[in-house]
Amino acid sequence: MSNSLPDSSGSNHLVDPAVAGMMEGEHTYESITEKLTSIVLRQDRHGLPWWIMIGIGFVLYNVLFSVILKLLFTGIGMFGNNEPVGWGWPIINFVWWIGIGHAGTLISAFLLLMRQNWRNAINRFAEAMTIFAVVCAGIYPLLHTGRPWCAYWLFPYPNILAMWPQWRSPLLWDVFAVSTYASVSVLFWFIGLIPDFASLRDRSENILAKKTFACLCLGWRGSAEHWRRYEVASLILAGISTPLVLSVHSIISFDFSVGIVPGWHTTISPPYFVAGAVYAGFAMVIMLAVPLRKWYHLEEYITQKHMDWMAKLMLTTGLIVFYGYLMELFYSYLSGDPYEIAMMHFRQFGPYGWAYWLLICCNGVTPQLLWIPRIRRSNSALFIISVVVSIGMWLERYVIVVVSLTRDYLPSSWGYFTNTMWDALMYLGTMGQFIFLFFMFVRVMPMINVFEMRELLHKFHHGHGAHTEDATHAVEAAE
Amino acid sequence: MSKMYAMVGEFASPEELMNAAIAVREKGYRKVEAYSPIPIEGLADVLDFDDPRLPWSVFIMGVLGCATGFGLETWTATMNYPWNVGGKPYFSWPNFIPVAYELTILFSAFTAGLGMLILNGLPRLHHPIFNTPRFERASSDLFFLAIEAKDGLFDREETAQMLQDLGAQLVSEVEK
Repeated sequence: MSNSLPDSSGSNHLVDPAVAGMMEGEHTYESITEKLTSIVLRQDRHGLPWWIMIGIGFVLYNVLFSVILKLLFTGIGMFGNNEPVGWGWPIINFVWWIGIGHAGTLISAFLLLMRQNWRNAINRFAEAMTIFAVVCAGIYPLLHTGRPWCAYWLFPYPNILAMWPQWRSPLLWDVFAVSTYASVSVLFWFIGLIPDFASLRDRSENILAKKTFACLCLGWRGSAEHWRRYEVASLILAGISTPLVLSVHSIISFDFSVGIVPGWHTTISPPYFVAGAVYAGFAMVIMLAVPLRKWYHLEEYITQKHMDWMAKLMLTTGLIVFYGYLMELFYSYLSGDPYEIAMMHFRQFGPYGWAYWLLICCNGVTPQLLWIPRIRRSNSALFIISVVVSIGMWLERYVIVVVSLTRDYLPSSWGYFTNTMWDALMYLGTMGQFIFLFFMFVRVMPMINVFEMRELLHKFHHGHGAHTEDATHAVEAAE
Repeated sequence: MSKMYAMVGEFASPEELMNAAIAVREKGYRKVEAYSPIPIEGLADVLDFDDPRLPWSVFIMGVLGCATGFGLETWTATMNYPWNVGGKPYFSWPNFIPVAYELTILFSAFTAGLGMLILNGLPRLHHPIFNTPRFERASSDLFFLAIEAKDGLFDREETAQMLQDLGAQLVSEVEK
C-alpha cells in the first residue's frame, strides 16, 4: 500500500498514522475535486452497470406502485396478516429497512464524534442509503394502518373530534421516532452536501446544472466564518444524531416489549435491536460499496482498508447480536415462566424451527469467517457474507414477530402464518425503490464527500493539531 | 473608490493562507475574511471570529423541544382529554419520555442546521467576493484572503503590496 504524498506545498511530509491507508495514489485538491465531481458532471462516467441497476430498480419500483394501488382498493387483507399474526411482513420489513438505515447515521455521526477520519470516504453514500432505507421503511406502517389517507391522525393537532393521540402507546412513539429520524437524516445529509454543491456549481459548464447547484448550495462561499459555524453545526448534529439513532431502534424494540406476548420481554432487547440494526446496515454499506468502487473506479478513495474496517465493525456488531440470541435463550430457560420456556422451545423446534436455525447460521456462524484476514480482503467474499447477513437479519425479525404471535398464552389463539404473493411483491418493490433512488442519487449528487476528502488530504500533509498551535501562537501574539 | 469591495490575494496552499492571515492581523487589519475549499483548523480564531450564538440557541431550542413534548403530553393527557388507558394514571410520565426525547432532538437538530445557515447569512443570491478572478477555484484548490475596503488601514497600493509580499500568487481589486 503506497501512501504517496502530493508535493503541492512545502510542508513537512508527516503522515499521521491515523490517516494512513485512507487514500491511495497521488492526489491534489484539484484532482480529488475533479475526479469526484466528474461522476455527477460527466454523464459518460455512467456506463452499462448504471443502466442495468436503474432498469432493475425502475421495473421493481413499478411493481411497488402496482401493489400499493391494489392495496388501496382491497385493503390489507391481501397480505398474510391475520389473527393471530396481525403484524406479519409489513412490520418485519419495516424493522428490517429501518435497521439498515442505522449504519449510515452511525458512520456519519458516531464516527465523526470519535474522530474516525476514514468515514469521510463512505459517509455520503451511507447517509443516502439511510434516507432511502427510511423511505422504504416508512411505507410499511403507513399502509399497514389500513387507511393511509388518515395517517395524519397519528400526529397531535387540534381537531374537531377534540381527540389527542394515545401517548402511552409505543406505536405513537414510533411515529415520533421515525419521523424525527427521517427529517434529521435528511437535514444532516443536506448540510453535508452544501460545500459539495458549491464545488459542483463552480465546475459545471452546463448552464442549467450550474443554476441548479447554485441554488442548492445556497450561496456557499467557504469563508472562515462559514466553515467555523459549519463545523460547530456538524459536531452538534453528530452529537444529537448518535443518541437519536440509538433511541429509534430502542423504541422499535419497545413496540414489542410493551405488548404482552411471550418472547418479547428480555431487557437486552433495546441494545440488541440497535446492534442488529447497525449490523444489517453495515452489511448494506458493504453491498453498495463493493460494486460502486469497482464501477466508478473509486478504489483509491474507498480503499481495501475501508472494506477491512467495515468488515470488522460488521463482525463486532454481529457478535453483539449473537450474544443477544444466547441471552434470549438463557433468559427464557432461567425465567421459570412456562410460557416463555414453551415459546423458546417452539421457536427452535416448532414449525418455524427452520427459520430459527437458518438465522443462527446466517447471523451467528457465517460472519465468523470475517476473523480471517484473507476473507476481509476479498470483495466478493465480503459481498456474499453481507447478503447472507441481510437475509439473516430479515429472518431474525420474522422469528421474533411470527413465532411469538402464533404461540400466545391460550391455545385458542394459536395459529400458523403464511404470507401471500403480495407480501413478497411489495418487499421486492421496496427493494426496487431503494435501488432506483440510490442510483439516481449516484448520478446527480457526489456519492463521496468531496470537501471531506480534500480535508483528509490536508491532514495527510500535517497530522492533527499543527494549525491549532499556529493559531494559539497568533492569538497570543495579537493580545 | 466607493465601488471597491476588497483587495483579494490568492494563495496556493492552506499554510500560506494561514500565515498570510496571521501576518495581516498582526499588521492591524480588522475587516479580513479568508476563503478556502476546506475547513482550516484555527483560521477562524486567527481572524478573531467568535460567535457562541449557535451552540446556545441549540441548547435553548432543545430545552424548548423537550418542554413542548412533555407539556403537550401532560396537558392533553391530564387536562384536555383525560382518558383511562389500561388503568394507568393520567399523569403516567415515564410513558411521556420517548416523545419528549424525540422532540428535544428534532428541535435542536433543526436549530443547529438552520441556525448555521441563518447566522452565515445563507441562502444568499450574490456576494461581491464572487467577482474575484478565479474564485470558482475557491471550492477546489485555491485559497483567498480578502481585505475589505472598509478597513481603516486599507490603502490600495500598500495593501496590494503587502499581499504580494505575503506570497499571494495573484492580487486583485474586487468591485462590488
